[in-house]
Amino acid sequence: MSGLRYTKEHEWLRVEGDVATIGITAYAQEKLGDIVFVELPEPGKTVVKGGEAAVVESVKAASEIYAPVGGEIVEVNGELEADPAIVNADPIGKGWFLKLRLADPGECDTLMDDAAYQDYLKELA
Amino acid sequence: MTAGSGATTADTPLPTPLYDLHHQLGGKMVPFAGYALPIQYGTGILAEHRHTRMAASLFDVSHLGQVCVHGDDPAAALEKLVPGDLLALPKGRMRYTLLTNAEAGIRDDLMVIHDHDGWSLVINAGPKAADLAYLGERLGEDRIEFLEDRAMLALQGPAAAAVLSRFARECASMPYLSAAHFDIAGVAAFVTRSGYTGEDGFEISVPAGDAALVAAALLDMPEVAPAGLGARDSLRLEAGLCLYGHDLDMTTTVVEAGLIWTLSKRRRAEGGYPGADIVQRELAEGPRRRRVGLVPDGRAPVREGADVLATDGRKIGHITSGGFGPTVEGPVAMGYVETSFAAIDTKVQILLRGRSLTAKIVKLPFVTTRYYKGE
Repeated sequence: MSGLRYTKEHEWLRVEGDVATIGITAYAQEKLGDIVFVELPEPGKTVVKGGEAAVVESVKAASEIYAPVGGEIVEVNGELEADPAIVNADPIGKGWFLKLRLADPGECDTLMDDAAYQDYLKELA
Repeated sequence: MTAGSGATTADTPLPTPLYDLHHQLGGKMVPFAGYALPIQYGTGILAEHRHTRMAASLFDVSHLGQVCVHGDDPAAALEKLVPGDLLALPKGRMRYTLLTNAEAGIRDDLMVIHDHDGWSLVINAGPKAADLAYLGERLGEDRIEFLEDRAMLALQGPAAAAVLSRFARECASMPYLSAAHFDIAGVAAFVTRSGYTGEDGFEISVPAGDAALVAAALLDMPEVAPAGLGARDSLRLEAGLCLYGHDLDMTTTVVEAGLIWTLSKRRRAEGGYPGADIVQRELAEGPRRRRVGLVPDGRAPVREGADVLATDGRKIGHITSGGFGPTVEGPVAMGYVETSFAAIDTKVQILLRGRSLTAKIVKLPFVTTRYYKGE
C-alpha cells in the first residue's frame, strides 16, 4: 500500500497532514516520452481543483497538468528546472512537481487509491 | 495529464511495408499524413536523435511519394512547374526544388532525380494526392507514374557511408545529391546520397516486398539503430530544413521562405515557372516577411503557431516549427517575421501561454550540417 492517490489524468498525490505532494505517474511519463521542460507555478499561488497547475513539455508536445485538488502552492521542485529528465527517471520520487496546502482535504476522497488506479491502467491497456 | 497538439487523421492510417518490423522493434505507432509510422522506439526521441548524430539511424520514409516522369524531355516539362534548374542537372544527380503556385507559394517541396534511365520525383506524403493530380493535369496523366509498390529507407548519420559500403562498396564515394543503382542485401535498390537530418546519409528505394529484408540487414549492423518521426523532426529542425505544411505552404513564397538558393542564375533571369513574376518582384523589392531561425531565452520550447512580437508588443510574425533541439540542448524554432526584424541578432518576443519570452533571430542551421563533400 503506497498511500498515494491518483487521477484519471495520471497525476499522483501524497498527502501528509494538510499538504499534498503532486507529480505524474510512471504511465504518464512513459506516454509523454522524454521530458525537456517543466513549467511550475509560483509558490503562493492558489489553484482550484481542475485548474492548470503546471505544463510538461516533452520533445513531442506540451501537456497541461491540472490540479487534482485545490489549494495554495507552498513549494515547487526546483530540481526540475535544471534536469527535467528526473521526471522520466523517477516520476513518483525525485520527479515530484509541487506541494500544495489543501483547501478542502475532502477533495482527496474522490481520487483513486493504488488498487483502483492499477485497475484503471488495465482498462486502458 | 492532457495531451496537447498532435495531428491525427480521421481515416485509418495506412501501414507501410515495414509496419510489422516497427511493431517488433517496439515502435510507438502514430498516424502521420495518412500512414501509421513510429514516432519513436523504446529508447526515445532524444536517444534516437543523438544516435543519428553520432552513428547511424534507420528511418522508414515509405510515406514519401516516389513518382516517375515519362515522355519527351522531362526536364523541360518539369521546369514549367518548378524553379529549379533541371536542364543543367546531369545524369546521376538530384536537386531539391519546389512546386510553386501562381502566387509563388509552395505546393510542395521535392527532390527531382535525373537517373541514367529516366527522371523521378520524391514528394511529401501530405500533399501527395494533390501533387499527383496537379502533375497529371499539367504534364498529362500518361507521363506521371506513381510508384505505389516501393518503400523507402533513410540511413542517416556519420557512420551511414561505412555501413552501406559493406553492402555496396561504391556507396562510400557517391557525391552528395547523387543517385545510383546497387544491390543491397540481394535487393535491387535505387540509392541517393541525401536525407533530412543534416548528416551524411542515404535514401534507399526498394520494392515494397523486399523492404523488411533490407531494413533488417541494415539494422543488423552494429552502428545502426531504428529512429522514428520524432527524431526525424528534431534532426531536420536543427538542420534548418523545412517541413512542408508547417514551414512551407501555399502562402509562403519562395523568396519569403529563403529558398531562392534553389534557383540558378538562368532560372532567376528567365522565370518560366508558376509565380516567377512574383519571385522576380520580391527579389527586386524584398519580401514582406522572411523565414528565420529563433532561439528563445531559457529552457521552455516554443511551438508551432506561437506569435512573434516586436519588443513593443506588436505582432510581427509566428512560429512554424519549434521544439527542443537535443544536440543544441535547448529550445530552437523557425518562423516567419516581417523583413525589418529578420536580421541576425534582432531581439524579439515569443508569446508562450500568455507570457512573452525574449528571443533572438539566429542564423540557420542550428547545427552545422555534415553532408558528404568528398574525400
